[in-house]
Amino acid sequence: MDLEFGPEDEAFRAEVRDWLESNLSGEFASVRGRGGPGDEHADIDARRAWERRLGEAGYACIGWAKEYGGRAASLTQEILFFEEYARARAPGRLGHIGAGLLGPTIIAFGTDAQKRRFLPPIVRCDELWCQGYSEPNAGSDLASVRTRAERVGDEWIITGQKVWTSLAHCSDWCFVLCRTDADLPKHKGLSYLLVPMKQAGVDVRPIEQMTGTSEFNEVFFDGARTSAECVVGPVNGGWKIALATLAFERGASTLGQQLAFRNELESIVGIARKNGKAQDPMIRQRIADAWIGLEIMRLNALRTLTLMQGGTLGREALIGKLYWANWHQSLGKLAMDVLGDDADDAEGANVWPYSLTALQRLFLFTRSDTIYAGSNEIQRNIIAERGLGLPPEPRPT
Amino acid sequence: MRFAFSEDQEELRRGARRFLATSSSSERVRAAMATERGWDDDVWKRIATELGWTALAISEAHGGMGFGWVEIAAVMEEAGRALLCAPLLSSVCLASSAIEIGGSDEMKRALLPSLADGSATATLVMSDDVRVRTDGDALVVDGEARHVLDGHTATWLLVAARAGDDDAIAVVSGDALGVSRRATPTMDATRRQATIRFDGARANPLGASSVSKHAIAVAMDRARVALAAEQVGAAERCLEMAVDYAKTRQQFGRAIGSFQAIKHKLADVFVRVESARSAAYYAAWVAAHRPDELPAAAAMAKAYCSEAFFHAASESIQVHGGIGFTWEHDAHLYFKRARASEAMFGDPAAMRERIAASVVFAPE
Repeated sequence: MDLEFGPEDEAFRAEVRDWLESNLSGEFASVRGRGGPGDEHADIDARRAWERRLGEAGYACIGWAKEYGGRAASLTQEILFFEEYARARAPGRLGHIGAGLLGPTIIAFGTDAQKRRFLPPIVRCDELWCQGYSEPNAGSDLASVRTRAERVGDEWIITGQKVWTSLAHCSDWCFVLCRTDADLPKHKGLSYLLVPMKQAGVDVRPIEQMTGTSEFNEVFFDGARTSAECVVGPVNGGWKIALATLAFERGASTLGQQLAFRNELESIVGIARKNGKAQDPMIRQRIADAWIGLEIMRLNALRTLTLMQGGTLGREALIGKLYWANWHQSLGKLAMDVLGDDADDAEGANVWPYSLTALQRLFLFTRSDTIYAGSNEIQRNIIAERGLGLPPEPRPT
Repeated sequence: MRFAFSEDQEELRRGARRFLATSSSSERVRAAMATERGWDDDVWKRIATELGWTALAISEAHGGMGFGWVEIAAVMEEAGRALLCAPLLSSVCLASSAIEIGGSDEMKRALLPSLADGSATATLVMSDDVRVRTDGDALVVDGEARHVLDGHTATWLLVAARAGDDDAIAVVSGDALGVSRRATPTMDATRRQATIRFDGARANPLGASSVSKHAIAVAMDRARVALAAEQVGAAERCLEMAVDYAKTRQQFGRAIGSFQAIKHKLADVFVRVESARSAAYYAAWVAAHRPDELPAAAAMAKAYCSEAFFHAASESIQVHGGIGFTWEHDAHLYFKRARASEAMFGDPAAMRERIAASVVFAPE
């Protein structure tokens, strides 16, 4: 057992820290701390420029092989990168869906032509991606998607509706889970299509959330088109690809995110020191509990990293999403309780619509943490069935 | 960075599990519980001679194995899993360690070899109602201490108390004149406690009074780490029993483990057991390699693992239903151990307050 990172990894961490420190100044000083959950609407243009700066420096997709434009960084280094990124309060990524989800999926399952076409613009941060999975009637039960794709000549014609699509309003492309054969059993008639967003057949409508902001969108496909080559994996073999993408979703960026959470906890501790709540024994207990919970989140991530390096992803890795979602949600409530009488005060003048404070956004947005990317209930099913070997829920045939 | 047991540490753990499967089976635990001393001397002799666990925390210079705290955690995890009834926590994890840190060379030579070979045991006595005074070179102990872990059987009692203006650790023979002791009945019968009365009992100082306070603080933190590891092993066993039962128990024509009400309960237990494991292993690594970080790491592990174990033991009873409420089933043995160990060496609230005071709200 050795909990220290080696000298190479520490050198890499120092390099990333220096680069972020010197580049998050001048024109990019203002994007510090912007974007990310609850603030995804902020400063899109400046953040897009920042993403290009990241790409130029080779930091957009560091874990990818060099032939795809990455640095072939180890998983440890990817995690260190995400930690430093969070520590520096660098802006929430716009390109993370391409860099973290679609790119790795293409690398694993795409054709050579797809790799040549789609990977370089992700590395350069020229093309942004969004994820076309959930539908009004296919949430946790994802394999029930109804969006249809029909092959006409050398194109796919897509018709249907997606929902909860993060960043669709600024994305260039969407990977869309579509039904391509309605006669096959529901898991077997699906395909994984890559669809351009800037076309007449695609209509993006922002969903106004309880935060008053719009990170998520509805996306309507009405005869949208994409080329026949834009299917990843076999036609009607998209379910496996879709699941693989979900597995990437729980990868390095999640393991590295606890430093962003640490910034939030520290701001709450700072408020408690100022407003006297630091003397309240109940609040002290809860803050210490949050501190312990966050430390353990880091330790769980290190154990998962060790398992992944050993090439086996043990059942321990299944707990990550449920753990952080619950922790983060209770941090949001703790923030309000520490603020006490001031918790309800929004920012700015008394004009409608209101602007929420960062901690109010945390409080509200964390209600979604336990829902998106596999709700707590789905996570518990996965843990119980795959991790503990309990019998599956009887499903209607 | 490698956050997992090494192959040697895994082997140590596997060996412990094999040994305890028979030597600390449910039957053997229940037999030990029913004895006056509360533990089986034959098992203890085998632990000392065949496995060498009594020597784990003792340096090689004094007849020990000089193992680190990660190894001790591996053994304690298995001891917890099997609810081993033995003075492992008191004598090996707490007292031996206090002697290693705070003992003079002379006292180490006098005490450690017999603790290492298991022919003697020791425990730590801490009580506000015990006073130590000096009498020439010797110490004299008076007063009463309750809740002394394995205090009724310990060969040596290490009494930590104020002696005038100093801190002292007085070493009293359990059989000394002026010592009367009795095991007290405890709800958790797998680990005994004693009430000890000292009436002018003669003692020797363990070491220099200047290091006494430090020795007790570090030994207590290490013992918290060992106890946290024990809680992890026991919690995991509670989860296993519940999962196995949920797979086989049929109601409404299906295994009850196919119902989400049961699945979700057990998934939550799993999350806490695995998180407790991260905390305990980390604290063990810190105990071995990062003395400055030990107070926070030990507090974190003790707070989290205590609650994880109690949660696992509670939910195990619930999933077992009526059978889980019977004396015949082992669920209550774990539940009672969970309750007792939660309070031992500082309860979760005290541990959290320590973190609040020394880390989160430490003076800037």
